[in-house]
Amino acid sequence: MPKKYHITAKTAPPRFPAVGKYTTVEFREDCAGSCRECVKKKCVYGVFKETHEHALKMIEPEYLYVCQSCFRCVQECTKGIFSRGINPAYRNLGNDYWRRDILHRLWYQAHFGKIPVSGAGYRGPFTGKGFDAMWTDMSEIVRPTRDGIHGREYINTSIELTRRPRFLTFTPEGGLEGAFPSILEIPIPILFQWPKDLVKNTSLIASAVRAAAELETFLLLDPDDFTRALSPFIENIAFRIRPEDFPGILPLVQKCAMVEVSYGPDAVRLAAHIRKLNPGLAVAVGLPLTPDAPDTAVRLAGANVDALHFYASENGEETQTASPRFLKDCIQSVHLALVDRSLRQNVNLLFSGGIAMAEHMAKAVICGADGVVADTALAVALDCRLCFRCREGRACPMKLDEDVPLEWGKQRMVNLMGAWHGQLLEVMGAMGIRETRRLRGEMGRSMQFNELEEEIFAPIFGKRRVTEYA
Amino acid sequence: MEHRTIASAADELPETRKTPSRFRNPIGKYMILRNDRCTGCGLCATLCPYGVHPRYPAYSRALRPRSHRCIGLKCRQNDYYCIQRCPEHALTLKKNPILETLGDFRWPAEMLIAHWEMAETGNPPVVELEYRLGASGGGFDKIRFRHPDPSQSLDLPDDAMDTGIRLNKREDGRLDKRLSIPCYGGGMSYGSTALSVMVGRARAAKRLNTLTCTGEGGYPAELIPYADHVITQVATGLFGVREETILFAPVVEFKYAQGAKPGLGGHLLGDKVTPEVAAMRETVVGNALFSPFPFHSVYSVEDHKKHVDWVKEINPDALVSVKVSTPTDVDMVAVGSYYAGAHIIHLDGSYGGTGAAPDIAKKNIAMPIEYAIPKVHRFMTEEGVRDKICLIASGGIRNAVDAAKAIALGADGVVIGTAELVALECVRCGNCESGRGCARGIATTDRKLGCMISEAWAEQRIVNMYTAWRKEWCAILRQYGLSSIRELVGRTDLLVHLDYLDDAERATYPPAPEPGVII
Repeated sequence: MPKKYHITAKTAPPRFPAVGKYTTVEFREDCAGSCRECVKKKCVYGVFKETHEHALKMIEPEYLYVCQSCFRCVQECTKGIFSRGINPAYRNLGNDYWRRDILHRLWYQAHFGKIPVSGAGYRGPFTGKGFDAMWTDMSEIVRPTRDGIHGREYINTSIELTRRPRFLTFTPEGGLEGAFPSILEIPIPILFQWPKDLVKNTSLIASAVRAAAELETFLLLDPDDFTRALSPFIENIAFRIRPEDFPGILPLVQKCAMVEVSYGPDAVRLAAHIRKLNPGLAVAVGLPLTPDAPDTAVRLAGANVDALHFYASENGEETQTASPRFLKDCIQSVHLALVDRSLRQNVNLLFSGGIAMAEHMAKAVICGADGVVADTALAVALDCRLCFRCREGRACPMKLDEDVPLEWGKQRMVNLMGAWHGQLLEVMGAMGIRETRRLRGEMGRSMQFNELEEEIFAPIFGKRRVTEYA
Repeated sequence: MEHRTIASAADELPETRKTPSRFRNPIGKYMILRNDRCTGCGLCATLCPYGVHPRYPAYSRALRPRSHRCIGLKCRQNDYYCIQRCPEHALTLKKNPILETLGDFRWPAEMLIAHWEMAETGNPPVVELEYRLGASGGGFDKIRFRHPDPSQSLDLPDDAMDTGIRLNKREDGRLDKRLSIPCYGGGMSYGSTALSVMVGRARAAKRLNTLTCTGEGGYPAELIPYADHVITQVATGLFGVREETILFAPVVEFKYAQGAKPGLGGHLLGDKVTPEVAAMRETVVGNALFSPFPFHSVYSVEDHKKHVDWVKEINPDALVSVKVSTPTDVDMVAVGSYYAGAHIIHLDGSYGGTGAAPDIAKKNIAMPIEYAIPKVHRFMTEEGVRDKICLIASGGIRNAVDAAKAIALGADGVVIGTAELVALECVRCGNCESGRGCARGIATTDRKLGCMISEAWAEQRIVNMYTAWRKEWCAILRQYGLSSIRELVGRTDLLVHLDYLDDAERATYPPAPEPGVII
């Protein structure tokens, strides 16, 4: 049995006190800490241990990052003067898509590299927009060849970025005709790119490329962001090449394993040109996710490219349209357009933008993507609060505009991806699917909100009048 | 009439007793604050019929108000409204701001507080609390009972109403197990919960004439006196499964999967494997325990039948329950289980569960129970076998009205886990699994934390909660002219879904509550 792919997590605490969800409220300040029975001294989790100053005198409200919300302090305070509120900073965190609870969970995963686990059932909304309107399947009795996470066979999460030949040709003597084309494979269905329009510097890029190297995947990089210091990692860099980068970029491309050509009138020609220079190279085309993406995909699938990378907005929506659809629907339409024309095997599909949680990765693959590209989540792994002050030219509150320690930055991203990889295994284990490549486009192993409503509730309740999530 | 034989007459209903919170400061919806102007005149203590203002005869100073008993702003119309009547204007009333930090979309703060109150008193809450609906914006929270026709309403007291169910419909000569309430306790293992909680649940099950379940952690000797009311669970790890524990059981439950983590097996972290737990499970102290997924001896319906036959052979009286999660083909699984000889099909929906599970699994894997019940009910009816099987639903059934909705969607009864823990003052912080376990002494085997609850207290709190629930069920049944909960099974005509109504009709039903909690 070959060696298992394993991502080693190491605890990497945040560099600055993280935004805690809760804050303490004490109704009578002069009491604090004077009581022998003070609940702060008894906290099961030792939340107040490091802030003993607060137990002695009330300086300012405490913001509780590690509080587990057991309410014992509130309920056991001898005077009943202790309560809790929501930290105002937490309240203002994130936005509608990158919600504060998502940021909090991403920080946790980047800190510990562990899968978020909790008891007492699910606590969120019944359904929601986009990926929240689908559930994944499970199998009660998993066949031996499709064994779960604790089973005898392990789950393979690798994907290919190059095309496979559809058939082999042989010489009359029985030998293989021509060289067998090399196949570029990455062990997780995730690539990296640093988010555009967010704080950026060489140390952040250097951290990301180190993480990509450790995970054996790729960082998509604009040639302008390349520095000599990144040279040792060039095998894990996929340059995003625009026509104006020619021909200066070509010496670098010789050393790469993958490039991405930006979509434009010349894209196919450029791709062919690069492939001629370096036949072993995986050539992708990067293009915006617009309503005509399926047509473009069909056109490009006939050209000689290995992968298509569609860029959605940072909230996972289509671009260049007034009524954007969400990534989930877009992936399906691109995938199905290729399937209908028997072109799906010709090209690999990657999607970026709005991949905020591990489940998005799994669901994107189920909808028909081969892999996803993480972007904003990488910045969040490095403590970014998505306050977007950097877009106004203001200083970053988490000091990401200064140099970050490379080892710390790398480890935070590795931890996050380790946790995502673990969660992908959970989902696939439950479904009894052993290979991410077989998960691709398995819509039959997922359940859609609108389909369940139609199949099960419509015969009972009649016609659905609200189409909020349909 | 057949159902009268199961009816629980008044003398069978367990006694409710006031069982207050274990904690000094119970959390309530409102806060009453008393300021310095108070002269200790004691008027408020004589006014308030709810006991918000305690006062002892030999002690004239005012004590801290028991805010959680306050009925809040609806008291304004009463002539005993203390805020208005206080001669010094020393009292203020406001909504407790801590509600923002308590609960979640599925179990909002008011639902938690209401269940604590029901567990304390045995009656539906007197405080104005929305405890029938959560804020999840779908499923049970958008399904309502249709406006009843007043002429149908029955004039029967609660004692004459029948809330009992039959578990064995196969008429195969095995035990004719009947429960007095349409629900029983879910499996929570020795190791995951404190022993006093397990025993308290079993004692409550005995008094309520229902069942509780061992979960997958063995059968502690302390449960043997209640053996007639304890289900033995056989799960994939087979922890603690022995011939005698199969022989004790009125019902043996095969756990194929659980809603909290469908398809993922079980996991008990090393910290919770104390010497006692390890001895029970025959494992090593401090080593994390995995229950594999799936049963490695079951790869087909035929293998499953072999399992069922095996239990039936060992215990010729026991009923067999098959607990499965809710995949797309849950209807096929259910029918397969029926033909393999099961008496009970237990569907565990994906949004429920008490055990620790990866968040990604709780949210995403398998379908919510609201879809699974009608799907299975319909399919088994079409197959012509629905009358021969007891269909039990669980996973995200939070209160009495959810249970009634599940029954109207097609289940015979429900299994309750979380609500029982909430009755024991669980706040759903979700930190059940790590370190020493539950900080509130419920889901822990820690030496110190595991002793925070007494068996008698747990027993009475659970009895109280179900007694309050029974009152709720009786009220629902009466308004549709039904005298037995078994007449409610599959009555989807009594339900409406807000999203399927036109605007005018929708406006006649209370809207789905807005989430008040900050997640």
